[in-house]
Amino acid sequence: MKLTYTPEQEAFRREVRGWMEAHVPAKPLPSFDASREGFEAHRQWERTLNSGRWGMVTWPEAYGGRALDLIQWLIFEEEYYRAGAPLRVNQNGIFLLAPTMMEFGSAEQKARFLPRMAAGDDIWAQAWSEPQAGSDLAGVRASATLDGDHYVLNGHKIWSSRAVFADWAFGLFRTDPASERHKGLSLILFPLSAEGVRVQAIPQIDGETGFAEIFLEGARIPVENRLGEEGQGWAICMATAGFERGLMLRSPARYQVAAQKLVQLYRRHENEVDPTVKAAVMQAWMDSEAYALSIYATASRLMAGGKIGPEASTNKIFWSEMDIALHRTALAILGPRAELLDTAPDAGDVDGWLGGYLFSLAGPIYAGTNEVQRNIIAERMLGLPKG
Amino acid sequence: MDFTFSDEQRMMAEVARDMLVTECSSAAMRHQMKSGVARDDVRWAKICGMGLPGVLALEASGGLGLAETDFVLIAEACGYTALPEPLVEHAGVALPLLVEAGGETSLLGRTTSGEATIAVGHPANPFVSEADTAEALLLAHRGEVHLVETRNVGLVRQESIDPFRRLFRVEWAPTSTTRIAPAAEGDVLWTRTLDRGALFAAAQCLGLAQRAVDLATDYAKERQQFGKPIGSTQAIKHLLSTVQVKIEFAKPVVHAAAAELSARSAYASPRISQAKLAASEAADLAARTAVQVHGAMGYSWEVDVHFFLKRSLALTHTWGTPAFHRARVAQRIFEGPLGPDHTFIRESANA
Ligand SMILES: Cc1cc2nc3c(=O)[nH]c(=O)nc-3n(C[C@H](O)[C@H](O)[C@H](O)COP(=O)(O)OP(=O)(O)OC[C@H]3O[C@@H](n4cnc5c(N)ncnc54)[C@H](O)[C@@H]3O)c2cc1C
Repeated sequence: MKLTYTPEQEAFRREVRGWMEAHVPAKPLPSFDASREGFEAHRQWERTLNSGRWGMVTWPEAYGGRALDLIQWLIFEEEYYRAGAPLRVNQNGIFLLAPTMMEFGSAEQKARFLPRMAAGDDIWAQAWSEPQAGSDLAGVRASATLDGDHYVLNGHKIWSSRAVFADWAFGLFRTDPASERHKGLSLILFPLSAEGVRVQAIPQIDGETGFAEIFLEGARIPVENRLGEEGQGWAICMATAGFERGLMLRSPARYQVAAQKLVQLYRRHENEVDPTVKAAVMQAWMDSEAYALSIYATASRLMAGGKIGPEASTNKIFWSEMDIALHRTALAILGPRAELLDTAPDAGDVDGWLGGYLFSLAGPIYAGTNEVQRNIIAERMLGLPKG
Repeated sequence: MDFTFSDEQRMMAEVARDMLVTECSSAAMRHQMKSGVARDDVRWAKICGMGLPGVLALEASGGLGLAETDFVLIAEACGYTALPEPLVEHAGVALPLLVEAGGETSLLGRTTSGEATIAVGHPANPFVSEADTAEALLLAHRGEVHLVETRNVGLVRQESIDPFRRLFRVEWAPTSTTRIAPAAEGDVLWTRTLDRGALFAAAQCLGLAQRAVDLATDYAKERQQFGKPIGSTQAIKHLLSTVQVKIEFAKPVVHAAAAELSARSAYASPRISQAKLAASEAADLAARTAVQVHGAMGYSWEVDVHFFLKRSLALTHTWGTPAFHRARVAQRIFEGPLGPDHTFIRESANA
């Protein structure tokens, strides 16, 4: 064990820092969920990132990456958040679909989709959930019926983040009509602009249209858009969920930078709060450090040939609960200003904490609810009997 | 010793609650939010028809002449329905201050009937809620109480996350004619006003908390996953019962605080602070739990859970922040008498 960066890693950090300082927009971009304009501004940022080959540093060079390892990815992320760079509008593509495609996709699919993803030419949405299939994802009913060299898609997807403005979606469909539960499912990639695909925005808790329903009404999608084998959909989704929960979706720097901002907020208002708030600020910092250490350990383990297992579920619970606690602490410091929107004349340094708090409440729901994660931990890590 | 509400108290609150539940239906709330109107005239007329604006006002000016204990369950009902209109602040806080500070008769009459409302700017609250629809404002200046007509002040709107809260910074200049109570009296009046504000905010939080639990419970019975209602899983049962425990142990604190305040007991202020802390924590946990139980639905605009979440958040930090109330509880603990014989005030201690 050796917990220091190598000179090469330090040099890499400097390189990322220099690039970010030169390129990160001075003014925050408008939200990608509130308007097409904000969405396109984020797409433009993805293009800028790609121009410096920073779209996804771990990918092979042929697809627009730098073939770097996971420690370098973490360093990249640290610098990314440190610079206050925009949120990744393509996170469902680069963090979820891409690792899955690397593992299960054909060479043609990788060449066709990954470079465009890295360039921000295709922004991706995930279309798994259905009104009746949320936690119980194996209850998926939307169907893909083979007709010659096409699948005909029918059904109703819901809660698909970014789908309002995105270009493509990766969806879970029942390809075997006689199948039940986990069998007979396949993963199919489809353009959201295809005929027979209708997208309808759903306003979120803050009024923004961050997710959408997708109605599939006989959309015809070529067979070559199926990822992996027919019937392999469930296994692929579980692998994706593993990446999502275990590593990719929430990098530690996000919380470390938030904890740092929280400390700054606390310092400005130290005299208006009491020791319980100080304790909560300290806890937020300690938790963000613990999360970073855990992810460094996971990254090291994976680089040494390890695999992501059910402990990914502990990760998801930890970051989602930490995020809520951190934001609640910020609101406690803001006091009577906690309820103000950023646009209020007297908002002062409310600085998006309220929006961040509301979003943190979704953390225990998306990427598999925390109740379901607790069941997974109990049954698959601890070996308790199934309920 | 009798820690029960009277039949009249319970009946009055029940009738008020039934009316508010009907008048604050989801459809009505959403219609009001869309239209952006501050006040639903039909609803307010019903509130006035029951005499609710004057519950704490003097009988001489047409009020019911009752005490805080008589209003606390009504304030709970206002929380339970996330009532947009300022009944609690007007009837529970502003009007009693106007009465105590010696407001003039014609205004007392019209505000007691609810024909006009008044709003309070307490130093604990940087913003005055519902100031724009009030005819006059009670404002603090160096401990004095001033009564200012709203048309003579500047109002700067501060957008709240709560779609039904209308917050304003008030720009105004005190004059000798606006002053209705000098600082010598004002100190006591402002403290009691904060106590009433905090007490009734706590009561609303109790209502908000119970409503969040009720919404989530109804949903957990209906929503099926894995071939059974999600409410049949222990995970959901435990989430909701944990909140119910919090509510059950905030409730007697709020009710005792109301009684202590009605009795003008020296223990009122710390008990109110404890009540505000307990009830706002219950409301916060209840609202977050209700979101969780609803899954992605709970994160959408379409279900009503967010109304209760946002109101809880707002009330937690008004009428004294949690830090302020913890300080008052600390004072009670470290400077007051302790022990089981000091839960309730002793006549000798009531100066
Ligand atoms: C902000 C946000 C973004 C999202 N983005 C996407 C997206 O891009 N693509 C996509 O496909 N989906 C997305 N989702 C949907 C998400 O995956 C689902 O919300 C999640 O799977 C839960 O499903 P549900 O909402 O139907 O809740 P339900 O499954 O109905 O759950 C409701 C409650 O019951 C509990 N529960 C259910 N079953 C059990 C059980 N067996 N044991 C214990 N408790 C249980 C849950 O934990 C939860 O508290 C998103 C959700 C949110 C909130």
